[in-house]
Amino acid sequence: MSDTQFDVNKYIRAQFFPQMWCPGCGHGTVMGALLRAIHDLGLENDDVSVVSGIGCSSRISGYLDFNTAHTMHGRALPTATGIKLANPNLKVIVPFGDGDSTAIGGNHFIHACRRNIDITAIVMNNRIYGMTGGQYSPMSGRGVKASTAPYGVPDESFDLVELAKGAGASFVARTTVYHAKEAQNTIKKAIEHKGFSVVEILSMCPTQFGRKNKAGEAPQMMEWYKDNTVPMGSKKLADNPDLIQRGVFVDDNERLEYCTAYQELVIDKVMKKG
Amino acid sequence: MAENIQFIPGSDACIEGALYAGCEFFAGYPITPSSEVAEGLSKELPKRGGKFIQMEDEIASMACVIGASLAGKKSMTATSGPGFSLKQEGIGYACMTETPCVIANVQRGGPSTGNPTHVAQGDTMQARWGAHGDHSIIAMTASNLQDVFKMTVEAFNLAETYRTPVVLMFDEATQHLREKVVIPEPGEIEVIDRIRTDIPVGEQYYPYLTDANGQRPMSDFGAGHRFHVTGLHHNLLGFPDVSPENVNELIHHLVDKIDSKANEIARYKEYYMDDADYVIVCYGTTTRSALQAAEDYRNQLGIKVGVLELQVVWPFADEIVREKCANAKAVIVSEMNMGQIVREVRRVVDQPEKVYFSNRVDNQIIKPADIKAALRMITGKGV
Ligand SMILES: Cc1ncc(C[n+]2csc(CCOP(=O)(O)OP(=O)(O)O)c2C)c(N)n1
Ligand code: SF4
Repeated sequence: MSDTQFDVNKYIRAQFFPQMWCPGCGHGTVMGALLRAIHDLGLENDDVSVVSGIGCSSRISGYLDFNTAHTMHGRALPTATGIKLANPNLKVIVPFGDGDSTAIGGNHFIHACRRNIDITAIVMNNRIYGMTGGQYSPMSGRGVKASTAPYGVPDESFDLVELAKGAGASFVARTTVYHAKEAQNTIKKAIEHKGFSVVEILSMCPTQFGRKNKAGEAPQMMEWYKDNTVPMGSKKLADNPDLIQRGVFVDDNERLEYCTAYQELVIDKVMKKG
Repeated sequence: MAENIQFIPGSDACIEGALYAGCEFFAGYPITPSSEVAEGLSKELPKRGGKFIQMEDEIASMACVIGASLAGKKSMTATSGPGFSLKQEGIGYACMTETPCVIANVQRGGPSTGNPTHVAQGDTMQARWGAHGDHSIIAMTASNLQDVFKMTVEAFNLAETYRTPVVLMFDEATQHLREKVVIPEPGEIEVIDRIRTDIPVGEQYYPYLTDANGQRPMSDFGAGHRFHVTGLHHNLLGFPDVSPENVNELIHHLVDKIDSKANEIARYKEYYMDDADYVIVCYGTTTRSALQAAEDYRNQLGIKVGVLELQVVWPFADEIVREKCANAKAVIVSEMNMGQIVREVRRVVDQPEKVYFSNRVDNQIIKPADIKAALRMITGKGV
């Protein structure tokens, strides 16, 4: 744990700023929460690897002074799996978009959950494809307007928490960019957790989602998260069961982590046999 | 010490070659006829502290191999047919990020599911051009199992030397054949290790800066240099840079680093070529039948037929093939596809009209009789 003052310059590649995100984009808040969590944990830059896919959200890897890979659309988790298996000492963190993680990368996502490999997945969920101009994602939800759904999205969305739980992730949480401090603490717990951890952070894209859905500017979109989310198990939830729950839904330290499993159940076993 | 002689299938020759070359990591997805390579490495790698993982598909396998290579491990995958198509996205990313890795593509009949259990050489052009965008790549083959071993070792060496994916274009026939293979002692065949930077940690490291030896020394994720890789057009630091000058330089580098070294990268074998009036150009399994045809023509008719076996298919050895075919009255290209390398041969020889084609695409190995049929047509004499 760190007792020094947080200095963002320790973690960013300042020469590559300003970043490409629009004013009011939620992704910057996620980046801030992630860096503060890394600081709180006292992690050295050399010991962290940040691996992302493709999207506005996934541009995050380039801005951070760690071992960073900006991979292919949807392929952050399998690339991160290779990095982690090759060097289990690295803290591997995968921040990526809702499209990247649940559409093109959906298969990789459920299998990373199932393997329970010690990687922290941070889904920056703005419910839209920001980078490519506001097409709908598997997280948009029925009725949302998107550039490929001018009459509203006809499909159901995933519930990412349920998806991660069902697929076997051993740490599953949800928070929002309105709750920045909570996001920081949740990410911290997720990184500390040994196993596959998923943190869904409800982010926002005023440029693509906000405009098309008359959701207002960034401050209104933030407010929406304040008004429409509640801590799990709270009185407010009991009174308003339709609100979106925040909190840590799974935190299971009993499940065997994948790198450990491979070491103990495969390598140690064959070595013993000789 | 007694020689280590083994009587093994082609898949084992590939596995032995990978282990000899220091492969430490394999990620793959089962597909006939390449699964034996995955099966064998799942058994052998952990004995040496290496790692094997069966991923959810070929896209994931390719990404996983790239991740492991970025973290410093010599890594490979193996696949066939539709799996090779799925790997193309990752192969392009490995080209762009200059990440060394080896992809064994045990060819089977295609397109699509085609014929999983029979032989073909239909992926030759896909190996060259399967990933989108301008790039170059190295692809190798072998016609006997000693060479499957050797080419696998060399594939790792070339991947490290040129910071590139290298494709091993084997086929169903060589993989399922059994032959004697002598496993060389360590050191007998040179093994090239990861070429790492000697820039001290803490100083600025440029992952894409060419040094005085023409190398771009690497660092590993976690080794302290904290570099960035991206599939976007990038500069010498690895950061996105779409300025026309930078992109122009990048694309030229990706192509030239391999194409301009075609003669150095070339691996080929010549049989009866010294006095050959007729040259059969071939690669992989096809070579075995070409040799038989050449011998029959020499022994029974006294017609001087030679065989030029290409072991590196890409980059195509323009100058070498042109020179070797210069004195031939006719050149026959033999391959198990509708005509892929024959186009390259026609492109490079002085008289394209003297290049003939002998093929088979019916799931059957090309037979000496098939090649002899072409020779009979050309020479007017048959055996
Ligand atoms: C294979 C492939 N298909 C499609 C694309 C185009 N593409 C780039 S980013 C993106 C969606 C990104 O959305 P999301 O992951 O939600 O991130 P956001 O931009 O909203 O942060 C798409 C479809 C691509 N780069 N690669
Ligand atoms: S388009 Fe949307 S997601 Fe992309 S940077 Fe702008 S606000 Fe953020």
